[in-house]
Amino acid sequence: MRIDKEDLPVPDPEVTAANRAQNAIERGDFLRKAAMLAAGTCSLAVGAAATVSRREAPARVPAQPDGADLDNPLERMRRELERALRKPMEERKWVMVIDRQKCIGCKACTVSCAVENDLPPGVVYRPVTEDEVGQFPHVRRVFLPRPCMQCEKPPCTPVCPVTATYRRPDGVVVVDYDICIGCRYCLNACPYNARTADFGEFFTEPAGREAAGLVGEPATAYEHRATFEYGKSRRREHGKERSPMGNARKCHFCLHRVENGMLPACVATCLGGATLFGDYGDPASLVHELVGSTRVTRLKEDLGTEPSVFYLA
Amino acid sequence: MKPLGRKIAWGVWLALAAFGTWGVYLRMTTGHRLANYGSYFPWGLWVAVYVYFSGMSAGIFLLSMFVAVFRIRPLARLVRPGLFISAIALLVALLSISFDLGHMFRAPEVFLRPNFHSVMTLMAWLYAAYFPIILVALWLDLRGDPSLHAQRDDASGGQAREPARQRGERCLRCIGWLGIPLAVVFSSGLGGLFATLPAKPYWYQSLYPVLFLVGALLSGSALMLAVVSAGQRFQDEEGVRLRRILVRIVLGLLAFDIIIESAEILVPMWYAVGPEYHLYRTILFGRFAVLFWVVHVLFGIAVPLVLLIAKPCCRWAAAAAGILIAATFLAVRLILILPGEITPEIKGLREAYADPRLSFSYVPSTFEWAVVAFLIALGWAVFVLGNRTRLFRDAGTVPDKA
Ligand code: SF4
Ligand code: SF4
Repeated sequence: MRIDKEDLPVPDPEVTAANRAQNAIERGDFLRKAAMLAAGTCSLAVGAAATVSRREAPARVPAQPDGADLDNPLERMRRELERALRKPMEERKWVMVIDRQKCIGCKACTVSCAVENDLPPGVVYRPVTEDEVGQFPHVRRVFLPRPCMQCEKPPCTPVCPVTATYRRPDGVVVVDYDICIGCRYCLNACPYNARTADFGEFFTEPAGREAAGLVGEPATAYEHRATFEYGKSRRREHGKERSPMGNARKCHFCLHRVENGMLPACVATCLGGATLFGDYGDPASLVHELVGSTRVTRLKEDLGTEPSVFYLA
Repeated sequence: MKPLGRKIAWGVWLALAAFGTWGVYLRMTTGHRLANYGSYFPWGLWVAVYVYFSGMSAGIFLLSMFVAVFRIRPLARLVRPGLFISAIALLVALLSISFDLGHMFRAPEVFLRPNFHSVMTLMAWLYAAYFPIILVALWLDLRGDPSLHAQRDDASGGQAREPARQRGERCLRCIGWLGIPLAVVFSSGLGGLFATLPAKPYWYQSLYPVLFLVGALLSGSALMLAVVSAGQRFQDEEGVRLRRILVRIVLGLLAFDIIIESAEILVPMWYAVGPEYHLYRTILFGRFAVLFWVVHVLFGIAVPLVLLIAKPCCRWAAAAAGILIAATFLAVRLILILPGEITPEIKGLREAYADPRLSFSYVPSTFEWAVVAFLIALGWAVFVLGNRTRLFRDAGTVPDKA
């Protein structure tokens, strides 16, 4: 683990102000209740409410239900997400923390990701590998979900001949489907096999269905429905070979969800609660706390790619 | 060519063309769906064919330009056919790589929004400079064609011939000085395309650019040896001398290639440990063994060596050796490229998700071979057409040193 003190975000006055505002929201909840008991504190509660209205969340972020349970990591991450979205993009740094002790290898994340992004044959964003360590009677199975590492120094971007893939200021490595020529150089450049290519196949097409071992009625309509990767509605249609068909594809931390206030599909569906997500630029965030743990490791540290996905061993 | 030989050649060409047309039709209508490469094995036969032909093009170009620039008189007749074949090989290579692109009609993006940090962009820009250089060199060589001047001489009483010819030669030499470093950079740059990827330990080695350069020279010289040995017009005294020199050049390059390849294999295998040991075991004794031992070592090295050493003066032995080395060199390209993709980057990835496109093994499909057949038929057709015109006439413009 190579996280030096210098790497830790320096508290930014604006971020700190945002955090203070968030604290004010929480304090506000408490004070609202307290106001029924002590009228004198009413003025403070009104003050806090005013702070909230001055820093309104973007309209597209859905309102959270009242009385959200902040002990629930999902709720906490959702609130942190809202908070992060109020900041400019360059002040956010999305990271993922995966607790390998909590991962039960159910692959719900693999499936929810495939459904969320309508992944065709040959494309997978988040496989979960399995391994067996030790020998009987001291044996156990370990699982490793492998999303894109959203490397800080990604070897996949400089190889792209047309600058179709790049790292955004918030740390997510993206592919511009309208520019990518489909040379698949980036697939070979990724040291985690985290990129796949869309070969224009459909599970419900005879050859595809047979090869994937699927049975039953073809769900053609399902495969043709629009998806919203990178915030743009696209339909994969047979014969038209429109992007993303023919393109390199990869996990993008469900940016289209995240930017609308929702957690990535894999995080929201993780049965073991093993996948956590948030803004590393926010010192009060859950992921910031966890990255400071002594259990933290990253994959292939020696390559110097500086992944944004941290594993708790 | 004798009538029977001509008929056989026509038959083979027609078969290749028909098979190839079917392949290209499928490529244009079904995209990549019938190809066997996948997400974990992204580069397959078409990339190897691209590297094979563009390397060959650079090799032949280098040979021709060395002859022109350094005025190597005995090899002068290589220049024009060399430039012409070099242009054909490059055309075939570029077609092959464009078929491999997911969006082949977006290829111009490499020039519209280039990323000059990418070796692939540099290669594309080098091609953009290299192709015109071949064409200009060919044109200059044609300008210096004595037969052309002979016609003018008749009209002008011999006045027109010398100055124009000398100008043509000078320009060709200048173009050669420009083209040689360019061809060296791009043939070794082909190796750089792979050697700069730290993610693939098999490719990530400094030897690769050198290996690709030597391979380019060897495959190019071998093809020219085959052309010179088989071509009827090279059977005069000068042509025979040219063939003998080419035999020596090919033998020298073959020896050099064997030394580099041996180093490449022996070094990582010596102590039977290390990440690449198992990979080389797979090449030598696993799924690449037939490609390596039979196609490359037996037909690409051993048989040609025996032919060239035992019968150095025999025309047909030289032709067979040349064609064997040149044709089986595709196996070398496949061995240099494919094994780099057989190892999962993360343990357990192979089993993590069942999908035919998420596999770490690859055998080219019939469809992929069909597209390659089209490329060969196309190159062959252009070669034959050129052969019937002045483009292929073997008069070089290399002057006497005096
Ligand atoms: S994991 Fe691979 S695809 Fe993702 S950013 Fe790193 S190098 Fe690129
Ligand atoms: S496949 Fe697309 S994103 Fe990847 S290197 Fe090629 S053009 Fe760039």
